[in-house]
Amino acid sequence: MKVFLYVVSLIGVLGLAYWAYQTGYETRATLRQVQKLERDLGGAYEELSLLQAEWAYLNRPDRLRELTVMNFERLELMELAPEQFGIVGQVAYPVPVEEDPARDLSELSETLRDIEPTQGTLGWQSEDAPQILQPAERLYEPELLP
Amino acid sequence: MTDRRTPLRPLSRILDARAHGADPSVIEETERGRRKEDHHTKLRRRAETRLLVVAFAFLAGFATIGLRTATVALSPPEEPKIAGDTSGASLVATRADIHDRNGRVLAKNLMTNALYAQPRDMVDPAAAAAGLARIFPDLKAAEWEEKFTSERSFFWVKRNLSPEQMQAVHDLGEPGLLFGPREMRLYPNGPIAAHILGGAGYGREGVAAAEVVGRAGVEAAFDDYLRDPALGGAPLTLSIDLGIQAATERVLAGGMALMNAKGAAAVLMDVHSGEVIALASLPDFDPNDRPQESGAEGQSFNRVAQGVYELGSTFKLFTIAQALELGLKTPKDIIDIRGPLRDGGRPINDFHDLGKQLSVHNVLVRSSNVGTARLAMEIGGTRQKAFLDELGLLKPTPLELPAARVVRPQIQDPDRLINSMTISYGHGVSTSPLHVAAAYASLTNGGTLVTPTLLKQNQSQFGPRVVSPAVSAQLRAMLRDVVAEDIGTASLARLSHYPVGGKTGTADKPNPEGGYYEDKVIATFASVFPVNDPQYVLVVTLDEPEDSTGLEARRTAGWTAVPVAGEIIRRVAPLLGLRPEIRQNAALAVVPGSN
Repeated sequence: MKVFLYVVSLIGVLGLAYWAYQTGYETRATLRQVQKLERDLGGAYEELSLLQAEWAYLNRPDRLRELTVMNFERLELMELAPEQFGIVGQVAYPVPVEEDPARDLSELSETLRDIEPTQGTLGWQSEDAPQILQPAERLYEPELLP
Repeated sequence: MTDRRTPLRPLSRILDARAHGADPSVIEETERGRRKEDHHTKLRRRAETRLLVVAFAFLAGFATIGLRTATVALSPPEEPKIAGDTSGASLVATRADIHDRNGRVLAKNLMTNALYAQPRDMVDPAAAAAGLARIFPDLKAAEWEEKFTSERSFFWVKRNLSPEQMQAVHDLGEPGLLFGPREMRLYPNGPIAAHILGGAGYGREGVAAAEVVGRAGVEAAFDDYLRDPALGGAPLTLSIDLGIQAATERVLAGGMALMNAKGAAAVLMDVHSGEVIALASLPDFDPNDRPQESGAEGQSFNRVAQGVYELGSTFKLFTIAQALELGLKTPKDIIDIRGPLRDGGRPINDFHDLGKQLSVHNVLVRSSNVGTARLAMEIGGTRQKAFLDELGLLKPTPLELPAARVVRPQIQDPDRLINSMTISYGHGVSTSPLHVAAAYASLTNGGTLVTPTLLKQNQSQFGPRVVSPAVSAQLRAMLRDVVAEDIGTASLARLSHYPVGGKTGTADKPNPEGGYYEDKVIATFASVFPVNDPQYVLVVTLDEPEDSTGLEARRTAGWTAVPVAGEIIRRVAPLLGLRPEIRQNAALAVVPGSN
């Protein structure tokens, strides 16, 4: 009985020692991993901060203004001015096109029949394409501000 | 101890008992009983003491644990560290960012590297010096070769390196050239809002790190806050709007050039919350490279908050407000404006001949010095000074800038009648444009005091009342007519889409050698818009403007500061989200545009 107890406790001690050893190494490995993650996080934060600074630098008002002036031909961006505001009654909406749903459907079915499958393109002929509503003619030509 | 001395059988009592024929053993029994009781008492006391000690030990133990738990719970969670960084620097940049009211970055920290040299580790000092001179054109090869071969063991070479420069230095392959990590303060918008931000520099410097310290502006005013590590990287949010600030500065710079002024200042403030939306002072500087100079003409001088000037007729509003508030006059009362008025000093005259009499309303609209001086005579110097003080015009503004807090307005003793009269129209009293902006906001917002602030606010201020709401409405009507009526002095600020009210002020500049210059003025326009329901106050000041487009040079504020202010309002009002007034029958004027 006594011998049995000795053996059991010895095995217990050995087991615990192994467990402690294992856990110690696992802990150290985890700590190393945490350190690595923190390093990565630190790098990411630094990068984020750099990107934010770059974003702010690229979006600085002086540069944006220069860009709008340089690209005025294409974009026609103007400084916000009170004249640009209106009330709804002043907006020249395009006249709505009278539409006959029945006629549209019949035209559409004809068009679809006309498409030759061999062409391999699925779509309307250009003259059949639905008309994109053009905005009302511009009544005021913006000038390039000094 | 006393027990030992008391015998069990005290002889006198035994003898006494025997003499009376009593049993002496009773005495012994009693004595024994007493001793036993004493012993018990002693034991109980000792046990109590022990219990107390044990209880105290437990209490101390639990208190320690409790306190520790509390500190752990209350302290901010530990920031992740950059591993390998033994200095313990926090991962998040140690100095907080500064944002505008919409979250756009005004100031930010960047990691860079500083370059230093340790000549004793150098392999080839001459080649190192030559290499550095190639990379940095401002370094002289001969000078640095001399340094590298000298006795000293340490030199700072450059404070901040760009990554390209750092790589180039790396490529020199010189072991005596070393890098130290640095934080650098970056102002991505350049000179925009320079006077608000101020600038930062290095405090204590070491190889591993350097302290970034605010030098001026909010960087200095909030230095402790920005450096507080408990913030965890939360930014400081200012009341400034970057877009509006940029637009204001641009229009002001254009106006300053057109009017040939040598300096200009503008401040835009919310009349309810006291938030400063834009604050521009020209000439300005780049806070990334803050100039060292100082002085009232320099780039780093903040004309809005730091400069005190005689702001002239803008002060007439204060005199009239007080006369109305005291019930001395109503806007329709007629005042004798025949000049000149004299009381020892210079005679007081109007700029133009305005006739013999004017209503109080028109004294402001047409800017009569004589009329205002007469009102001041009725009010009296003591009450006048008290009212100006109540409006905050006689003490430094509480704006969060180091420069603003030390600047003290100057006033000549109003107990002398002549001083009281000149102060009534803004001479003999010097304040900053910011003071005037705050006072105009207080008078027109319904009559409650507003103090300017640079921090974003979530609600209106409800300060002490300075004038009644009725007087505030009367003042707004007068300010509106200064702009809206053709006889008003500020008709050039009339805008088709926004109702503007305001008061001009033109003051001769004092000559440092005594007296005033004949041909140098400070022109100011203090305006409120939209005047029917004031939201913002804008004060524009031009230093020595001169409009030379006419036959003779025009210097009055009506010709100089007013059109500049009008253009600023036209530009910033849509950005502020103010609804333009649109006439129903106006021609179609809708143009595509965006900004």
